[in-house]
Amino acid sequence: MTPPASIAIAEAGPAPTRERPPASVYGPFAWVRANLFNGIFSTIVTLVLGVAIAWALYGFLKWGVANAIWSVPTTATGALDPTACRAAHGTGACWAAINDKWRFMLFGRFPYDQQWRAGICIALFIGLFYVSSDRRFWRKELAYIWAATLAVIFTLMWGGVFGLSYVPQDEWGGLPITLILATFGLALAFPLSVLVALGRRSTALPAVKTLCIVYVELIRGVPLIALLFMANVMFPLFMPVGLNPDKLLRAQVAIILFAAAYLAEVVRGGLQALPKGQAEAADALGLTYWQKTLKITLPQALRLVIPPLVNTFIGFFKDTSLVLTIGILDLLTASKTAMADPVWQGVSTEIYIVVAMVYVAFCYTMSSYSRSIERKLDRARNR
Amino acid sequence: MAEAAPAIVLDKVNKWYGAMHVLRDITMNVDQKERVVVCGPSGSGKSTMIRCINRLEQHQQGRIVVDGTELTDDVRALDTIRREVGMVFQSFNLFPHLTILQNCTLAPISVRKMPKAEAEELAMDFLRKVKIPEQANKYPGQLSGGQQQRVAIARALCMKPKIMLFDEPTSALDPEMIKEVLDTMVSLAESGMTMVCVTHEMGFARMVADRVVFMDRGEIVESGTPTRMFEDPQTDRLKLFLSQILRGH
Ligand SMILES: Nc1ncnc2c1ncn2[C@@H]1O[C@H](COP(=O)(O)OP(=O)(O)O)[C@@H](O)[C@H]1O
Ligand SMILES: [Mg+2]
Repeated sequence: MTPPASIAIAEAGPAPTRERPPASVYGPFAWVRANLFNGIFSTIVTLVLGVAIAWALYGFLKWGVANAIWSVPTTATGALDPTACRAAHGTGACWAAINDKWRFMLFGRFPYDQQWRAGICIALFIGLFYVSSDRRFWRKELAYIWAATLAVIFTLMWGGVFGLSYVPQDEWGGLPITLILATFGLALAFPLSVLVALGRRSTALPAVKTLCIVYVELIRGVPLIALLFMANVMFPLFMPVGLNPDKLLRAQVAIILFAAAYLAEVVRGGLQALPKGQAEAADALGLTYWQKTLKITLPQALRLVIPPLVNTFIGFFKDTSLVLTIGILDLLTASKTAMADPVWQGVSTEIYIVVAMVYVAFCYTMSSYSRSIERKLDRARNR
Repeated sequence: MAEAAPAIVLDKVNKWYGAMHVLRDITMNVDQKERVVVCGPSGSGKSTMIRCINRLEQHQQGRIVVDGTELTDDVRALDTIRREVGMVFQSFNLFPHLTILQNCTLAPISVRKMPKAEAEELAMDFLRKVKIPEQANKYPGQLSGGQQQRVAIARALCMKPKIMLFDEPTSALDPEMIKEVLDTMVSLAESGMTMVCVTHEMGFARMVADRVVFMDRGEIVESGTPTRMFEDPQTDRLKLFLSQILRGH
């Protein structure tokens, strides 16, 4: 044990003579006994589950590591020879397919020699999320950082300037599409949802209130797939001739409207849960409606609903994959398309596993970030 | 002339919740620097009346004039009045996500447009007056009920109101904390603040009130000096109420 830690414990503990509790109540053995072998029933459950987990893990490692095919030879014509994979089918994983197809999965039909541009875009998105997650950067300047980064991202994706070749939007695909749809979807749906939630609670503006109720109920009553179809087919009918926003934009608008309706209900739940006295105290102090909302009710309401809010965020991150129904090649669709390659016939589990891991990486990051924020806010208040 | 005008005028004020008539022809003037204590059984409309004075509730008939401004639907009149009238609630209603100091400086900074440093200085002054300057950087959840209520008083005072309204400020407190809050209110009364205070603390009423108003079932039944009201009640309703209060104590 390092000296500072022992000092801290000695200061905090009631009995400064003993540095730490005895091993029978503290430490890994005590933990195992208290949590895994705490009585007959718990011991049986632990043993049964332990065996089941070990067995599943053994099977997976045998398939995914021991019997796996990591690469396949190239034939005289320069094509890959998948014979080894076909032979191992069912007993060993064919990671060679991922090795061959990962760029299509990640970037879709983006021109092969230009895919570095899409790769930089992914890195920029991740950098943007990282910077935005740090409270030290929660200032006005962050808005400029966002604007600048998104401008760079779209320049890289589209090209046509600075010597970059033009890449039409229907050639975009893979992870950048997923990130664009999710980032814009949530970044625009969230403020919209706050306005809708406030509108729905407004007593002074009954017309706005009705409008917000109709909006939420209508959108929530329709499946996202139907909304995407409608956006794809019906939207152009209402637009003036010649002004036909591209498919991605149409899907994006549908996702924003859909997400905002759900998020609005989450935000409204938070506003509803606040004691009435908070708004009354703000009123009594003479704060205006917007001062009261921005400084008193909204910050508290949003804090209350961080878990359901992040839950909805995660849900929509994955729901962007529904754009496959209107032929946009997001991460999942691009990967499914990669499976159709006749060379890699029968290789699907491996591809799904990789795609799932990408989704899990993003979603798990979101959820652990939300937990860390909650912890920080709790600590600030109940120290 | 302006000096002599009453701080608060209630003229035949009526209010209904649905079909329930909760304020019936309430007529009452509160003079500048006057201290009025309002008492009465639970549900008699005391909170409703006091909340009509800063329009947390709207009256439906009659006139309410506060500091020379009549309460109407006019938003500007409302802003003026809320700036001049401070309110302290039974349940404190401090903002839990802000520190004690931020609770006190929020309104002066955003409503009165006071520079931050000046607002903080002012807030520390009032926190010293309510005897908790050392808690300035804590959050409300870390304070006892009595301390929170004293912060709530300081927060209201930071707006430099001309009138203070109190709605049962000690009813949610443990007995041992009531005194510290009452002491604060007594010293506020001694400083010459116009006060309307709903409370059942008869000792407090005797000590500071110029007038006690007794309400029952939405009406003002009787009013007078504390000594007169407590020692020589005229109406049966007040007699009954006093006997219940005394038995309760
Ligand atoms: N928001 C409301 N809606 C309906 N009835 C109410 C509301 N607020 C108070 N009341 C009713 O009005 C009456 C007076 O309440 P209140 O002014 O709170 O009484 P007091 O403060 O004297 O106990 C009570 O009968 C109460 O039930
Ligand atoms: Mg009351």
